[in-house]
Amino acid sequence: MNDVGELPLSDDCQPPMANGEVLFDEPWQGRVFAMALLLVEQECFAWDEFQAALIEAIDDGEVSDAREGTYAYYEHFQEALKRVLASKNVVESTELNARTAAFADRPHGHDH
Amino acid sequence: MTDSRMALRAEALESLLIEKGLVDADRIEETIAFYNERVGPMNGAQVVARAWQDAAFKGRLLDDGTAAIQEFGFSGGQVDKLVVLENTPDTHNVVVCTLCSCYPWAVLGLPPRWYKDPAYRSRVVREPRAVLQEFGTTIPENTTVQVWDSSAEIRYMVLPAMPLSWTGQSHEVLASKVSRDSMIGVQVLLD
Repeated sequence: MNDVGELPLSDDCQPPMANGEVLFDEPWQGRVFAMALLLVEQECFAWDEFQAALIEAIDDGEVSDAREGTYAYYEHFQEALKRVLASKNVVESTELNARTAAFADRPHGHDH
Repeated sequence: MTDSRMALRAEALESLLIEKGLVDADRIEETIAFYNERVGPMNGAQVVARAWQDAAFKGRLLDDGTAAIQEFGFSGGQVDKLVVLENTPDTHNVVVCTLCSCYPWAVLGLPPRWYKDPAYRSRVVREPRAVLQEFGTTIPENTTVQVWDSSAEIRYMVLPAMPLSWTGQSHEVLASKVSRDSMIGVQVLLD
């Protein structure tokens, strides 16, 4: 993994870190972060395109929860990823919404 | 979205991307682990703890940092030239990159936000003691404060002094006590 230690994200949209490490409060946050890195590696989109979407998502400021910090950051991060993938026609919003709804309808007890 | 809603959408996205052959679950796990564990100041802390316990290693480390850290086999981040600076009662070392934000991330992970801050970059050179004071670090008057300016070619890491009371502790315990900031030189390790 070449140069991944230096995230090409500008200072205003760096992930939350402590003691030099990227912080994930919940597992899904690490997974969306990793997906974005891997998709850049796959050349699905470029870092600067993702960064632009992330800044836009942060500016839109729509977080469902009033919570701040790590949680809000990754909510924006996930939103940015969703938008970039839609704009590249990699994953359509409708497709993602349908899959999310299908997962939500799984019988209880599947949650892990 | 609630917690579970965000988690569900992330899971849905992942499953779609896997189906499209764009990511796989193992690579995701690896990437997370890379950021959580391998990239990070723990690498540097291992190096410091070893140097405290092994005088021969410390000699090699100070002599040629790049070669000495090869012994650890850290992955994912070449350090072109790593120079390790030992803090002594006479000299306290602090690292900066005045030009941009060059940083020995193979050993220290991602740089802290303040390291890239123009205020830190310019002020630590002009008034290092004042900047250190803001980090809560007081360097004795008779200790020289030396500031090292990193570049794309040379990355510096500080070998902090070990508090005497830590003598005899295990490698793991010692490594867990080495802070990132002490390896940048803005902090002194205390009992």
